[in-house]
Amino acid sequence: MFNDAVQFVENYPLLVAAIKIVIVFLVLSGVVAYMVLAERKVLAFMQARLGPMRVGPWGLFQPAADGLKLLLKEDIIPAGADKFVFLIAPVISVVAAFTVFAVIPYGPSSALIITDLNVGLLFVVAVSSLGIYGIILGGWASNSHYPLLGSLRSAAQLVSYEIPAGMAIVGVLLVSNSLSLVKIVEAQQSSGLWNFFLQPLGFLIFLIAAVAETNRNPFDLPEAESELTAGFHTEYSGFRFALYFMAEYTSMVLVSALAVVLFWGGWLRPFASVAALDFLNYLPPVSLLMIAGVVFFFARRNPVPAEKWFLVAVAAGSAVLAGVVAVPVVITAVQPIFWFTAKVFALLYAFIWYRATFPRYRYDQLMNVGWRWLIPLALGNLIATACVLWWAGPNPGRLKLFFAMLAANLAVAIVVALLVGWRSPTAAAVEKQTGS
Amino acid sequence: MLAQSVFLILAVVALSSGVMVITRRNPVHSVIWLIVTLFSVGGIFLLQYAQFLFAVQIILYVGGIMVLYLFVIMLIRVETVAKQAPYSRQWAIGLGAVLVLACELMYGVYKGVESFHLGTPSRPPVDMNNTEAVAGVLYNNYMLPVEIASLLLLVAMVGAVLMAKKRFE
Amino acid sequence: MGNLWNQFFQRPDYLAIAPEIVLTLFGLGILMIDFMLERRDKFLNAVTALLGLGFAAVKLLMWMFQSQTPSYSGFDGRFSLDTFAIFLKLVIVLATAIVVLISVKYLEVEQVHLGEYYALLLLSAVGMMFLASGTDLIVLFIALELMALCEYVLTGFLRGNRRSNEAAMKFFLLGAFSSGLLLYGMSLLYGFSGSTRLADIQAALAQRPRGDALVWVAMITLLAGLFFKIAAVPFHQWTPDAYEGAPTSITAFISVAPKVGSFAIFLRLLLVGLKPFDGQWQLLVIGVAIATMTLGNLAALSQTNIKRFFGYSTISHVGYLLLGVIAAADGNRDGLLAVLIYLFVYAFMNLGAFAVIILMRRKDIIGDELDDLSGLMARAPGMALLMLVYLLSLAGIPPTAGFIGKYFIFLSLIETGHYYLAVLGVAYAVVALYYYFRIVVAMFMKRAPDQVPLESSWGLTVALVVTLAVTVAIGVYPEPLIRLAQTAAVPLF
Repeated sequence: MFNDAVQFVENYPLLVAAIKIVIVFLVLSGVVAYMVLAERKVLAFMQARLGPMRVGPWGLFQPAADGLKLLLKEDIIPAGADKFVFLIAPVISVVAAFTVFAVIPYGPSSALIITDLNVGLLFVVAVSSLGIYGIILGGWASNSHYPLLGSLRSAAQLVSYEIPAGMAIVGVLLVSNSLSLVKIVEAQQSSGLWNFFLQPLGFLIFLIAAVAETNRNPFDLPEAESELTAGFHTEYSGFRFALYFMAEYTSMVLVSALAVVLFWGGWLRPFASVAALDFLNYLPPVSLLMIAGVVFFFARRNPVPAEKWFLVAVAAGSAVLAGVVAVPVVITAVQPIFWFTAKVFALLYAFIWYRATFPRYRYDQLMNVGWRWLIPLALGNLIATACVLWWAGPNPGRLKLFFAMLAANLAVAIVVALLVGWRSPTAAAVEKQTGS
Repeated sequence: MLAQSVFLILAVVALSSGVMVITRRNPVHSVIWLIVTLFSVGGIFLLQYAQFLFAVQIILYVGGIMVLYLFVIMLIRVETVAKQAPYSRQWAIGLGAVLVLACELMYGVYKGVESFHLGTPSRPPVDMNNTEAVAGVLYNNYMLPVEIASLLLLVAMVGAVLMAKKRFE
Repeated sequence: MGNLWNQFFQRPDYLAIAPEIVLTLFGLGILMIDFMLERRDKFLNAVTALLGLGFAAVKLLMWMFQSQTPSYSGFDGRFSLDTFAIFLKLVIVLATAIVVLISVKYLEVEQVHLGEYYALLLLSAVGMMFLASGTDLIVLFIALELMALCEYVLTGFLRGNRRSNEAAMKFFLLGAFSSGLLLYGMSLLYGFSGSTRLADIQAALAQRPRGDALVWVAMITLLAGLFFKIAAVPFHQWTPDAYEGAPTSITAFISVAPKVGSFAIFLRLLLVGLKPFDGQWQLLVIGVAIATMTLGNLAALSQTNIKRFFGYSTISHVGYLLLGVIAAADGNRDGLLAVLIYLFVYAFMNLGAFAVIILMRRKDIIGDELDDLSGLMARAPGMALLMLVYLLSLAGIPPTAGFIGKYFIFLSLIETGHYYLAVLGVAYAVVALYYYFRIVVAMFMKRAPDQVPLESSWGLTVALVVTLAVTVAIGVYPEPLIRLAQTAAVPLF
């Protein structure tokens, strides 16, 4: 039977790829839908509220209800809008966000990789830079003031933050010596050191730029409610609005997945080379069991009988799944997928966390952060990385490289801080106004 | 055979969208068609196994330059532009120049191999890292032009800042 | 990694571009230092620029007077350090230094004393120097663009001034267009040879029939692009406007240094790359040279704005330079020699004349009309006499340097049998004498329009002294320059 499957894969590579694409698409849609719910819930908990509670137990069916509502809503095209552009703009956004997932490796085996481009990293940068068209064109085609302002802001913002993000990625490239995402993870595996430990500054820059590029708090100026109602998608409604919504959350998942692949070792288990930590391999079934326990605990307290039985069923399902996963063959098979997903979810949680924590930047602050801090930092990081790699020579020791990189990163941070902060225009303006 | 038909499709799309670029009255539509053109040219690069060129084409032209085009166009009043005559008065001269260039190109193609020195088309294996090959040529054989080009870009930046600065202090 | 380092960075290659590296570093340094300077200390930028130019000049002079003639081909055969390149680079560096000297006062009066000005001057000089020694189409083209881009920005440097903006815009648009033409011609050359190196192109062209239509197309587009850059008729239209609108110190700069750089690429492309077709392109150059001399000289007759006037005067000088190229096309080394001498001499006499014109720019007085020079003799006899010397030299009257330049041009024309061109050149020299003397008449016989005193500065004084010394010394004792130019002409033949 196994041979048959291999035969099938060899005979129909396109069909297999198509099946993989459909699976990724479906899973991703589910993740995105529940990401919305998770955001609402987490925000609510952080603000001592309950969040959605009506549809299903703890609002678990809320995404389905929202989706249905948006699908049934009227699709309004404003008078004076550029109809064609107005219609395709959200589609561009979604397509650009989803396409990149074709090159993300979810695991080491070829079954978990849709395609391994040897210019994968460039492909990622290229396609994700297309998403901006959805925003600009949508804002412009609406023929309305708020959307136009929102899209102008977002164009400036995305172009500004693409530069530091790109340069942070080049740092990874230098360290891993490849443009293929699979090879980048493999390089982290063979060196035994995730890129985060070699490029802490690069990761920080990438993270900040990623938040800015996804238009998330604290960089959500293109859709700042208090200034621009809803920004570039003010005039959108119904299904097309849902597309924009999906694109935003998909790109969040995307940048998280990218950060994981580039900096957090992709599908690798933390400390994969340390034998003493091998018990971590049992985390997948254990975590499933924990989920089962928590769900069962809450199911007992649920007053609605139907919901109660549903939750019990979920808990039982999880427990059974944990049992399946605990089978030795399965447990090795699910390792990569589990760790990849866990890391991505951790970063996604961070996205929500920022939203609850940070106030929105003012526009000049946004530009200041991008141009006066991130770009010099990213440039310095690039130069320092190249110098350290040149100094260390081929096949340097792991610790030597780590400490050299750490020192270089610190040096860059300090030098740039001194140079940029030395006489920043804001300080000068304050001096001028106060006369001191 | 497959490659040839893909090339033909891409070429037709590139050319026809190029025509659309100059015939649209609305500059935003022109930009959209230009993006289509750039994409199809990128596809032709890909067909030649030049993945790096493809990626750079998309990143720089589609993802960077065209966004700035749109940015500028959105700041002008599209309605007034759309009302103006689409071609300047020199269109006849332009057409003449285009015809001359086209004739010349056809002549060159007609003369074919004997008129141009065509290097043997190299087919790197698909798994060969195209990017490395490009970097090797760029930083070995063409090191000097690359370095001068970096100065050129610096000057362009200094000049742009100088022209755009609000006032001298 | 060490291996990789050696693979990319070959020491001799970088020693060969040492002057360019020095100038680049000083240019970048000025951009940085400028931030820390108070307004009254801005002249320190000029001092920095002069230091850089001085280092570059010293290195070039060391090469020039070495016992054996240096000849080095580096960067994969795309860069050549030969006597031809060194000679032209020296002219470029000296001309740029003089422009820096005459700029300090002028920029203060115009209230645009910015470090970027000097940085762009230096980087423009770097572009020209690479033009002088590039032996590869890509190097040549990028260097040409580097030079041109700096010029566009510098032309529009007076941002508050409408005419300066307009001049920069015209210059930029036409320049970009001409670059396109040039690039088109270059692409055809690459098509013929499959290589961007001039030596390979020469070899490939040698195997083609003389009447090849495609080569003609390549030649015409290439030459059209180059004629734009050197401001030869019928591609000269940008010149008077750009000259008039640009800051006067930049007018002085673009009338001299870029001409040297452009003639460097012109000579290299024609005498090396297109060598097999020299009979063909000579015809084109003859036609353009006649048109250029005619239009330049005749149009200069009726100008009232002194910067426009010098624009047309420059065009006519380009015509004379092209005459030398025509002679060189016949394989006459004196033709090339004449071009080199003329470029050297022209740089100094023209910059000297501009130094006097810059002197006329005072607070609230623009001073670029012909009438502003009126009565200069009564007010500042020294300056008037200096101007007289420069004008005589520009007209080609012995015993000034200008005469030596024209003498070799005519000599090479007669040697190659282009008698009618020599006669034409002499006839136009008479016309030139007439219009240059319009300035002399104004200076010596008219009454001054204002009584605001002229103020010289240390920079202007030095520039005037140097240019005067060179103009007179070469006129009286041209021997050393001729010998230098003779060695410089060797590599192209």
